[in-house]
Amino acid sequence: MSLSVTLAVARRVLGQLRHDPRTLALALVVPCMLELILQQLFGRNSPVFQQVGTPLLGLFPFVTMFLVTSITMLRERTSGTLERLMTMPLHKVDLLAGYGIAFALLAVVQATLVSVLAFGFLGLEVDGPKWLVVGLAVANAVLGSTLGLFVSAFAQTEFQAVQFMPAVVFPQILLCGLFVAREEMATWLRVVSAFLPLTYAYDALARTADDQLDARFAFDVMVVGACIVLAISLGAATLRRRTD
Amino acid sequence: MLPGLTCDVAAGSVTGLLGPSGSGKSTLMRAVVGVQRVAGGSVEVLGHSAGAPALRTQLGYMTQAPSVYGDLTVRENLTFFARVVAQSTTTVDRVLAEVSLQEHADQLVASLSGGEKARASLAAALLGEPQLLVLDEPTVGLDPVLRRDLWKLFHRLAAQGATLLVSSHVMDEADRCDALLLLREGRLLAQATPSELRAQTGENDLDAAFLRLVEAAR
Repeated sequence: MSLSVTLAVARRVLGQLRHDPRTLALALVVPCMLELILQQLFGRNSPVFQQVGTPLLGLFPFVTMFLVTSITMLRERTSGTLERLMTMPLHKVDLLAGYGIAFALLAVVQATLVSVLAFGFLGLEVDGPKWLVVGLAVANAVLGSTLGLFVSAFAQTEFQAVQFMPAVVFPQILLCGLFVAREEMATWLRVVSAFLPLTYAYDALARTADDQLDARFAFDVMVVGACIVLAISLGAATLRRRTD
Repeated sequence: MLPGLTCDVAAGSVTGLLGPSGSGKSTLMRAVVGVQRVAGGSVEVLGHSAGAPALRTQLGYMTQAPSVYGDLTVRENLTFFARVVAQSTTTVDRVLAEVSLQEHADQLVASLSGGEKARASLAAALLGEPQLLVLDEPTVGLDPVLRRDLWKLFHRLAAQGATLLVSSHVMDEADRCDALLLLREGRLLAQATPSELRAQTGENDLDAAFLRLVEAAR
């Protein structure tokens, strides 16, 4: 592993984003727009907005970074740049960590922007610390990034990569406890949701909103962290030096 | 893919890998740089088995499709690859000059012509002053002046001690090589110098010599 190579990858990925202001604008404006729609739809003081606003803020980076990373990585695989990198003194982890750092930084900007809007102007309230919501959003972005990297190995085209978003992300959002509390789900769904990382990411955000920073919260954060490590190792396993 | 193929490439020379498309040139080159999954056999490169980590600092590889980032400028691409191979950014200016891309340095790769993209990709392969350069059709689509300049560069690098393996599907480039490997349908038809090939087949034209070999192999 090499820190300078990792940082070189991160700088390159950020450079690519800089040349693509439209993607950048979409990544930053869309979550703000959704937060605003949610507030306007249900009203500033409605329990729905107060309940859903924080998880939306914290989970949105997961979705964005999942998509952006899976497409960027797919391009890297199909354009031959990955093949070139594999003949160079670059460790697979350097590449994965570089991607993670670049998209985590984008997530910091994204989550900060939405937080300023939601907490400052839309009247969203959380009992726990607001910085923790941003922190969790960044962790979720890294999780989305690493998962996107992993699934990019199973897509041959960008069309396929985009389809992985509803396949991998939607079920997790439906089952994480946001729409129906997990205790009220059919048993089999509750069992399935226990194996999905977003369940823990959501629970951590909900506990932050209620200022319940207890042992269960610590457990949630640990599970998200473990899932990031697991997704990185799965992602590394899909980066083969030798291919057919 | 390449059954029973045995060949040697001499150090400090330019070896041309020639054959029609689909003859296995790229597969052989990928095996040499260690990114091809091989079913059997051994490939030894600079005293290591192909793909060994020790080789990664001594190797420059240019794939057939330009393997550079279209959404970055030429300079940004080269700066990135220079950092990966631990070279300073002054190297970037050197390789830009070697492939005559200085004027396009700050242009996005996606906006370049096919030949310019190929040269950007070649420049990235030259960054680490590699001992071995494996170049898959580096001169395709280039105008004759640029082609001549690049072949001069290849010979200059070989004179400095580098080993070059350069593929092409046009026979008129064969004459520019010190040694030739002629491939067809995954088989090695000949391993010879251009003059040996002429003597062997009695043909002065290398294209005709290649045809002779194909007929003889039947």
